Amino acid sequence: MNKTPLSSILLVLSASLIGSFGAVFLKMGAAHLKRGFRYIVNWQLGAGIFLFLASSVPFLIGVKHGELSVLYPMVSLGYVWTLFWSKIFFNEPITKAKLGALAMILLGIVCIGVGGRN
Amino acid sequence: MIGTVPAHSPAAPAQPRKSIYMVLGCTVFAATAQVLMKFGMAHTMPPFQLSDSATWLPLVMALVTDIPLMLGFCAHSLNALFLILALRDGELSMLYPIIALTYVWVNLLSMYFFHEQMNVWKALGIALVIGGVGLLGRASARS
Repeated sequence: MNKTPLSSILLVLSASLIGSFGAVFLKMGAAHLKRGFRYIVNWQLGAGIFLFLASSVPFLIGVKHGELSVLYPMVSLGYVWTLFWSKIFFNEPITKAKLGALAMILLGIVCIGVGGRN
Repeated sequence: MIGTVPAHSPAAPAQPRKSIYMVLGCTVFAATAQVLMKFGMAHTMPPFQLSDSATWLPLVMALVTDIPLMLGFCAHSLNALFLILALRDGELSMLYPIIALTYVWVNLLSMYFFHEQMNVWKALGIALVIGGVGLLGRASARS
């Protein structure tokens, strides 16, 4: 049973990685808004939105082949990367609650993927 | 450069509930956007060839006048705006996984609009995602 090629898996994984950096830049850019809403135009927010859009390119190429029920949940691995980036770049603590919640969410998305198979 | 983070978040900031509610709103916008775009793409699009510039304008016009598709883009823009506003105050590692609720709404909306079937796996998955997000919410209330 090998209907999902490795290339698709790698493409979707790289999409999740690019998207997680998008979230990091959005967070950096959002910090500017603390000084006022007119600071909404800044390069970090631009980079964040660009990375989110850019992540859809490897994703769309990746899902051309392979099973969506396998590949779609892999996007949610972006939450795991984001947990690490949050620790590294913003010094946010990695707590048991966050790890537990993340495990539940990932498992849930895998289940939804399994349920989506026809 | 990613390394040049301004020192704006020295330690874990308080988790304003407002940020959590804003991300919850984001998930509703994102799910609505996906359904609208699916409706929008159900229209037959005019034939398009990159090499033939005469086919460009009809496609652009078809996309721009595709009301569900354009509403979907609007919903996506609102999603982005509210996510940015939420991230202004909250923790990224707390708020970002809440976006997974989008999966739940999309599944429920798809049952209604596209007559997709519910099954045990989907129901279990939905329960787990809701449980995980609930856990994040509770953890943020305690911190």
